[in-house]
Amino acid sequence: MKRERPRGNYLTLAAVIIAFILGVEAQRRGYLNFARENPGDIYRLLVQHLQLVFYSASIAIALGLTIGIVLTRGFMRRYRETILNLLGICQTVPSLAVIAIAMSYLGIGRKTAVFALVVYSLLPIIRSTVAGIFQVDPALVDAGHGMGMTPRQVLFKVEIPNAMYIILTGIRTAVVINVGTAAMSFLVGGGGLGDLIFSGLAMVDAGLMLAGAVPTACLAIILNWSFERLEKLIISPGIPRGD
Amino acid sequence: MTTYDFIVRNWPELMSLAWQHTVFVSIALAIAIATGVPLGVYLTFNRRLADTVLYLAGIMMTVPSVALFGLMIPVLSVFGHGIGTVPAVIALVLYSQLPILRSTYAAIRSVDPAIIEAGLGIGMTRAQVLFKVQIPMSLGVIFSGVRVAVVMSIGIGAIAAYIGAGGLGQYIFNGITQTYDAMINAGAVAVSAMAILADFMFGRLERTLVSKGLRRD
Amino acid sequence: MIELNHVTKTYPGASQPAVDSVSLTIPEGEICVFIGPSGCGKTTLMRLTNRLIPITSGSISVDGKDIMGLDPIELRRHIGYAIQQVGLFPHMTVRDNIATVPKLLGWARTKIDARVDELLTLVNLEPGTFRDRYPRQLSGGQAQRVGVARAMAADPPIMLMDEPFGAIDPINREVLQDEFLRIQDKLKKTIIFVTHDINEAIKMGQRIALLKEGRLIQTGLPDELLNRPADEFVKSFVGADRVLKRLNLLKVRDAMMTNPVHCRSEDSSEKVLEQMVKNDLAFLIVTDRDQRLLGYVNQYDLRGHKGHAGDVARKLTLTVSPERNLKEALSQMLSYDLGILVVVGEDGRIQGVLNSTTLCSLVGSTYDEHGGHWGRITAAGRIL
Repeated sequence: MKRERPRGNYLTLAAVIIAFILGVEAQRRGYLNFARENPGDIYRLLVQHLQLVFYSASIAIALGLTIGIVLTRGFMRRYRETILNLLGICQTVPSLAVIAIAMSYLGIGRKTAVFALVVYSLLPIIRSTVAGIFQVDPALVDAGHGMGMTPRQVLFKVEIPNAMYIILTGIRTAVVINVGTAAMSFLVGGGGLGDLIFSGLAMVDAGLMLAGAVPTACLAIILNWSFERLEKLIISPGIPRGD
Repeated sequence: MTTYDFIVRNWPELMSLAWQHTVFVSIALAIAIATGVPLGVYLTFNRRLADTVLYLAGIMMTVPSVALFGLMIPVLSVFGHGIGTVPAVIALVLYSQLPILRSTYAAIRSVDPAIIEAGLGIGMTRAQVLFKVQIPMSLGVIFSGVRVAVVMSIGIGAIAAYIGAGGLGQYIFNGITQTYDAMINAGAVAVSAMAILADFMFGRLERTLVSKGLRRD
Repeated sequence: MIELNHVTKTYPGASQPAVDSVSLTIPEGEICVFIGPSGCGKTTLMRLTNRLIPITSGSISVDGKDIMGLDPIELRRHIGYAIQQVGLFPHMTVRDNIATVPKLLGWARTKIDARVDELLTLVNLEPGTFRDRYPRQLSGGQAQRVGVARAMAADPPIMLMDEPFGAIDPINREVLQDEFLRIQDKLKKTIIFVTHDINEAIKMGQRIALLKEGRLIQTGLPDELLNRPADEFVKSFVGADRVLKRLNLLKVRDAMMTNPVHCRSEDSSEKVLEQMVKNDLAFLIVTDRDQRLLGYVNQYDLRGHKGHAGDVARKLTLTVSPERNLKEALSQMLSYDLGILVVVGEDGRIQGVLNSTTLCSLVGSTYDEHGGHWGRITAAGRIL
């Protein structure tokens, strides 16, 4: 079934109009003064933020994929259920709690921030990898083995390509959540746009708040959109897309 | 002082923070369910609107909670509610709306058309089919959406402490500003325990709510 | 050639072996069908052959080599494998699916491309149309064809097929079976074919191995299974209509009377009529000098006609090819209420005649005690 494209044009138009009105109002109230006077600061923090997200996401993806794949291998059969249940419970732990606990053990600094971000985004990646590989039709795996693929070839040529849709969705979710969680890493000295938001909140300075919140929100939306694009590029057109 | 000592000594205060946390999360959730479920059901009758609403809700979800607080406060302060429980509850409602909306919509739509046909065929009205067939069959999935929303709200609720909503997040933030590890850990452990407990309880509730005929074991 | 020697498979934790001391030889170029009720071990037995499942005891050799001495991956690359679910890789195009094994074997690109097109043509799919499609753009029957093509990609001498036509509707299944038999006629692979459908087994198998609870109950030619079931189980498995099923096995060629009574178009009408009256024939086949069928004449048309029989011959549209099976021929006779069917070869020459009495006595008699009433109905050739 062909999905109708959401009425993107109207929505974009509406968004632009609303943004304009809000912008005018913000300007009138002087909320934009900070951003106008300190573009360098915002840029520096944005870069920091991106670095946090990039490092933590790279590590989490590498680690999450590996752990996820290992969990689906036959020799893990006995422990799989237990491990997944444990991971499921861990996933309910709030991000702020993860950051807080990481800080009380590792102290303040960027390493702590990256560590907490990795831990927090690892779980959705592992779970989606496992879920993705498990939903691959067993007949495909059987056909692969039957034709003389090595276990490694079955994994890389059959299982992973067919699990890609779910795996990439998991990675996208993790990265987008990471953008938000990275904003909190300011609390543990990790820097990033959270600096502006939290300082703004503490000083009840709307200009500061907006200077941090607007780029953070945009970053999350843009990353989400880019990943959706990437999915279209990476995933074979032969694989039907679920919603 | 160890985390354990801290928890024991400050037990009454911890409990009152936990209660505060529970209250504003519950209020937000009640509002989210009361609006999200009917809206989700309504959307199944209006595909075009459904696409738009789910699309917007999806974008909403990608906006980080911290950023949302930052964005909301200037707007709400116009009405004199810049910080405190009100923006916290509003943010939580917005966030928990999407999982509830999405699961309701998906669940109702996934009911086998043959079953709907059968309902109409034996003389049920469209409303009867909706309330006696589609919604009961969808309860499990809707509820799993609610469960996701609860866990998420507890987590975001912790962040809301920063804008003066109270709750368990207060221990974490206060602990961070005072570099008081025991306090940080107490808050983190308590809020995690709360999320895990809620997840477990709603999981149980989900099982009892779903008709025996629909359970997959 | 595949040789199974006391092959036994016991799954860990199971009290009964899934395959119990099966010995069997499958000669080169033959289709051997493994059949039996579900859980009889037929699929397990097949999967032991390419080491998808490790063997517990006994041995299997392929072309004289014990498979346990071969690298399982290498072994599988040289054994074609087709399964009921087809298992086409959805993320690959038809071309890439078929090219799977050739790629694993490191064939050159040009050789692969040529092979893909050759195979698509072989399974009756137009390469230009289907090469770049994805599996989800194929119908069930097309997917099965690609599945078979993929199994044959590296031209393996041996193929394992697990209900390869199981998932499609009966009409298309028949078509695919016929096509596959035609291909097999040319390629002469050694094939293990698993099915639970006795009709398919009879149609496809040169040899049938019937299994039950892991044991080989009876093995033999399809005709033997139908004709001399080893025990009550085999009898009930092949079904109460096993006599009718034999019709599937026999070709028109086996049952027709050769050299049937006929006249030539240039024969004189008067003489032909005379002979027809004498022999009490209502109709007579008319051919040309080369035995090509022209039609038939009846006594009414010949009466009073001066000239050649060919002038009054009527067209005969319903004929049958000698390669058809008797079931089809019989159904043609029944649906058009014909007592007789003329057998015409591809070149248009008449080869014989099939008549309903012969048919009945043939099936009946051979069922009772082979041989039978053949002699009685031998016919005369040209009538004049």
